[in-house]
Amino acid sequence: MNKLIEASEVRNLVKNGDTLLVGGFGLSGSPLTLIYDLLNSDVEDLTIVSNNLGEDGQGLHKLFEAGKLKKIIGSFFTTNKPVVHAWQQGEIEIKLVPQGTLAEAIRAGGAGIGGFYTKTAVGTELAFGKEERLIDGERYIFEQAIKGDVSFVRAAKADKLGNLVYHTTARNFNPMVATAGKIVIAEVDEIVEVGELDAEHIVTPHAYVDYIVKSNFIKKGGEYVGTKYTI
Amino acid sequence: MAQNTRFKIAKRVAQELEEGQIVNLGIGIPTLVPQFLGDKRVFLQSENGLLGIGPSPTEEELDIDLINAGKEPVTAISGASYFNSADSFALIRGGHVDVAILGILEVDVKGEIANWAVPDQPILGVGGAMDLVAGAKKVIIAATLFDKNGKSKLVQNLSYKTSGVRNVDLFVSDYAVFQFDNEGVKVLEILEDMTLKELSEKVGIQLEYVDSILGIPK
Repeated sequence: MNKLIEASEVRNLVKNGDTLLVGGFGLSGSPLTLIYDLLNSDVEDLTIVSNNLGEDGQGLHKLFEAGKLKKIIGSFFTTNKPVVHAWQQGEIEIKLVPQGTLAEAIRAGGAGIGGFYTKTAVGTELAFGKEERLIDGERYIFEQAIKGDVSFVRAAKADKLGNLVYHTTARNFNPMVATAGKIVIAEVDEIVEVGELDAEHIVTPHAYVDYIVKSNFIKKGGEYVGTKYTI
Repeated sequence: MAQNTRFKIAKRVAQELEEGQIVNLGIGIPTLVPQFLGDKRVFLQSENGLLGIGPSPTEEELDIDLINAGKEPVTAISGASYFNSADSFALIRGGHVDVAILGILEVDVKGEIANWAVPDQPILGVGGAMDLVAGAKKVIIAATLFDKNGKSKLVQNLSYKTSGVRNVDLFVSDYAVFQFDNEGVKVLEILEDMTLKELSEKVGIQLEYVDSILGIPK
């Protein structure tokens, strides 16, 4: 079973109206190669679930610029000024979710859990319409799990089975995202032979990963630089 | 805001931290706290999956993967650990972070805070603010007492959107340190050359000292 595919095959795995779960915190751990391949397709009306929308002009923000997004679910978009503007004009739907609730909702989605009760956001605008209940005398709200059609993951290394290890804080949402999509694609800096990764260090077992794509970006200090092409 | 005002607040907050604590720092004034810790060692946690934030990197150490929750480049200290975002918020919500030091727009007399959304302005971000308010063992506010228009951030009722029903423990401002308990806000310490009466007038709320019941104002 060969999981290795070319970056240019990613576009064929995403359909109109799909919900995409995307790892990354700003650009750290963002699957840029996978994201940018969608710019070559006609796919549209996407719902993106991601903590941020990359950075202004970079990463996921490019899919917004290309008019491919219908809805965004995440915790922080204030620094994406054009997105904020589009939202004010009613051009895009945004659902704001506290960061910890977002992480747990994706984790639950991948773990077969329908939802969970949390203290976060109780009594706030973000709890509007949500079921509330007292547990041990404290107020909790119900949050539903999040699942996706396709997951875009960024990891440091994969072996050819699809076992993944991550690098520093680029791990962030990626391990949860890897569990909660019907199709899971991992972009990695390096692909190694089976057995080369220490079994004690593997964070995402290969059972979750359907496809592996070699990243077109390499790290140069404070930025990711495109090796083949950048858009 | 004058830098020395920010330093004054950060320095006073540093006194509240104890050796070995797990601490989460919000953006702004809270990030200045570590430089006033002296010999006290605390462990700084970052929402995006790091316990043991180190100093800013040199040019050679710079790595786009390794950032803090404010998306600034950082380093990791010896003994640091990396974990995913769900585990990071399990630390926060589960009460395993000893102290969260946060900025605010407002705090009411009970200790409920607003620190994420401004009415009529496009703030489309909540980040980890509500998780920290709900889950940290102790929440300390580090902020100036008055906003740039001279309006007190300590208010009778919040005019901005609340960050959660949990009341904070302490508000360290440039003018005074306020403590919140079941009876509401009390003044723990005045940091300016002014009386309690003068402070009350400036804030617009009748304030009392923590120890006034015992008749021994600090």
